[in-house]
Amino acid sequence: MMTELSLNVLDVAQNSVRAEATLIEITVAADTGKDTLTITIRDNGCGMTEEQVQSVEDPFFTTRTTRKVGLGVPFFKMAALATGGEFSIQSEPQAGTLVTAVFGLSHIDRMPLGDINSTIHTLIQYNPTIDFVYRYAVDDREFVLDTREFRQILGDIPFDSPEISAYISEYLEENQDGVNMGFTM
Amino acid sequence: MKSLEELKAIRDKMKNQVGIRAEDEHQTRVVVGMATCGIASGARPVLTALSNAVQEKDLSNVMVTQTGCIGLCQYEPIVEVMEPGKEKVTYVKMNPDKAMEVVEQHLIGGKVVVKYTLAQEDIK
Repeated sequence: MMTELSLNVLDVAQNSVRAEATLIEITVAADTGKDTLTITIRDNGCGMTEEQVQSVEDPFFTTRTTRKVGLGVPFFKMAALATGGEFSIQSEPQAGTLVTAVFGLSHIDRMPLGDINSTIHTLIQYNPTIDFVYRYAVDDREFVLDTREFRQILGDIPFDSPEISAYISEYLEENQDGVNMGFTM
Repeated sequence: MKSLEELKAIRDKMKNQVGIRAEDEHQTRVVVGMATCGIASGARPVLTALSNAVQEKDLSNVMVTQTGCIGLCQYEPIVEVMEPGKEKVTYVKMNPDKAMEVVEQHLIGGKVVVKYTLAQEDIK
């Protein structure tokens, strides 16, 4: 069990990394009118066959060899379904994968989102060759972080140099505060 | 709010001071297990604490990286320290505070923090 949804995002996004994606798009969007929290993770990695998609929601399916169980996707699915939400995986070999989890926003069993900024920051820092597009929205307020824009400005300067790392942290924090306007999830 | 303009300003300031980072045989590698097992038991704050400390203390010979499942899920979060020419040290059941002790005593002081190592665990 993960204690916050942002940890599920970090975990499931590792699958995209392993799928050799060059672009990973993560969206976290709360809709207070519909009372939903939707999290999507889309990648352009190697994708899966229909058969693999079905088995990936099974805890006893994994591609790693150190253990016989893979709990990343089942944890995420369980967290969504426990709140009366939905969960789906769409994938196509050689094209990529889209994981969608919808949560009941005000459902008592919905885990807090937690430190999503730390998740995004960690993903960017430790996967310097992958581009990330992160969208965070509350109703009609939103902000987008696109590492392709950063890369264009920075050229050869690495994302994990102290100044840039600090900038990315602050960019996430300040923009999230601007979108939240007091709202917490 | 942070803008891309600010990033440009940082870039211009940094332009002349980006050194090539040594990634050679003299570098110490610090590896954090970040599979489902590690993440669920608290590896993310450990990784963040380690990389922040390495930056703040300017330990240019240390590289912090992540890896998948190390295969000892019940001992996560696990941090492995690989110093060139020395045997790998495996720290288990880590948290950010313990990680700071490892930074101070092991990475800076050169002394293994024996009490947090796998060897101290009663392995069944």
